[in-house]
Amino acid sequence: MKWIAAALLAALLVALPFFAGDFYVNLASQILIAAIFALSLNLLVGYGGMTSLGHASYLGVAAYISALMTSRYGWGHGPAALLSILGTTAMAAFFGLIALRASGLGFLMITLALSQVLWGLAYRISDVTNGDNGIAGLTRPMPFGFSIDSAASFYWFALIVAWFAFLMMTVFVSSSFGSSLKGVRDQPRRMAALGFNPWMIRWITFIYAGFWGGIAGLLYVYYNKYIHPTSLSTTSSAEALLGVIAGGSGTPGGPVVGAALVLLLKNYVSAYLERWNMLLGLVFLFIVLVMPNGIVPGLSRLLRRGSR
Amino acid sequence: MQFWIIQGLNSLSLGGLLFLLSSGFSLIFGLMRLANLTHGAFFMLGTYFGATAMRAYSGLNIWVTALGAGIAVAAIGGLFERLVLTRLKTNPLGQVLVTLGMSFIISDACLALWGGDSIPVPTPQNLQAPTRVLGFVFPTYRLVLVGCAIAAAIALYFLLERTRLGAMIRAGVDDRQMARAVGIPVSNLFTIVFCLGAGIAGAGGVLGGPILSAYPGLDGDMLPLALIVVILGGIGSLLGAFVGSFIIGFIYTFGTALFPELAYIILFLPMIFVIAFRPQGLFGRVGA
Repeated sequence: MKWIAAALLAALLVALPFFAGDFYVNLASQILIAAIFALSLNLLVGYGGMTSLGHASYLGVAAYISALMTSRYGWGHGPAALLSILGTTAMAAFFGLIALRASGLGFLMITLALSQVLWGLAYRISDVTNGDNGIAGLTRPMPFGFSIDSAASFYWFALIVAWFAFLMMTVFVSSSFGSSLKGVRDQPRRMAALGFNPWMIRWITFIYAGFWGGIAGLLYVYYNKYIHPTSLSTTSSAEALLGVIAGGSGTPGGPVVGAALVLLLKNYVSAYLERWNMLLGLVFLFIVLVMPNGIVPGLSRLLRRGSR
Repeated sequence: MQFWIIQGLNSLSLGGLLFLLSSGFSLIFGLMRLANLTHGAFFMLGTYFGATAMRAYSGLNIWVTALGAGIAVAAIGGLFERLVLTRLKTNPLGQVLVTLGMSFIISDACLALWGGDSIPVPTPQNLQAPTRVLGFVFPTYRLVLVGCAIAAAIALYFLLERTRLGAMIRAGVDDRQMARAVGIPVSNLFTIVFCLGAGIAGAGGVLGGPILSAYPGLDGDMLPLALIVVILGGIGSLLGAFVGSFIIGFIYTFGTALFPELAYIILFLPMIFVIAFRPQGLFGRVGA
């Protein structure tokens, strides 16, 4: 039953561009990108118990490196993508060294402060990042010689990447390393007593999450062909965190659902009114007060109760 | 020489302003174990209240305005604490998330109400004349601001160390359960401290107004400064917030003057340094 549902879903996702218009295909591409990003944050928040409020740093920095290298220094997309992922991962390793000196609220505050610094830099070093104007006129790469300029081809490209990301992150958390990560989240002292190194486990997870955040950032900049400091802002981190928590942190599918909901809400609301940030705040209050475990765990509990 | 003295005085006044911002944050964190991410928004709200009041009634005294705005912001903070935060007593992560949500709501409401242009807060007339310090002219108001911060620090010190309320707060900080057991109404204390912290931020917003003026995004500029100050000084420590404010005041002012593009990174180096060698901050007792 489960396999049939999964196969149906996969077929539906692959076939989407054949029956949906470009608008919806583009929306689906954006959801895929947001989903990869939320999944990477979920590794920290859900499985590692490390609530980061600075995850947009990885998305934004990867996007900025790729944008700068291709537009300003005339690099090809391949080397630019490689440098941007390497750079983002190295940054995650460095930020992890700082942020993991603390845990809990201290960790949250440090990640927030670090990301604010990057956001401020993107605004202020305007002769490199072009400041508030952002960097426009970017191009999409041609993976293996295929053009991904049309809505449908980009969607398939994003779908392949998202599928691979989902697989890699699911393998990560269901591996024995993932079990030790969950152990460190729940009982760090016992894990230390058993001979595990909680710090190292957290650090590796932090770097891995930064890596996938960077992948999401590359897709983000390929999709938009434009990058602006707001993608590094707290709002951007908070949207991802809201997606993770609304969907259900610590579940494999929850963040995907949550990210999709946040993105749809944002798209439909911004079409009608300007007050997206206020709505984001209200949704935050609502989710935390009413559905602290998220939508997916809540629904699956209901389903289980129904089938019993 | 002139550069160093003028920038030194500027650093002092920024440090004073940062203390008004971060002391409340530190106080709230110390008692409630809550990283109040609405703090920047409370500060901004104070600035907007002050700017509006002083524009509507020209000649309004800035001290009265600061007091009024402080009370107004404290009331908003108190409502938020009573209606939302108390429901999440057992969910510390949820508390942080709702303060983040609240900060989005406040900053967007400010944008909707006051628009995107910055609104200046006038400098008090009797403080407009410059003062000569060591032969150099310097705006009087900025010096007065340092005095305000010192006065606030002394008042807070006396409140915490010499009054019954302060003793109860300290008991709550040290051991919440034990304080409850001996009959201290910790839940009420939470509300009082949250109001107090929000109120100081609101009043600080008015007093900082003549230097900063009210503009959208002020909250986002101030919150990281508060975070850096308290991480540096030690979370929950009043002395830490005081020393941290002036250290960051100096670093930020000289950083901006000497290396304008790198100021943001320079600001952040002492924090890395402190976290690396003393994770609990300069004057903190326990790690966050």
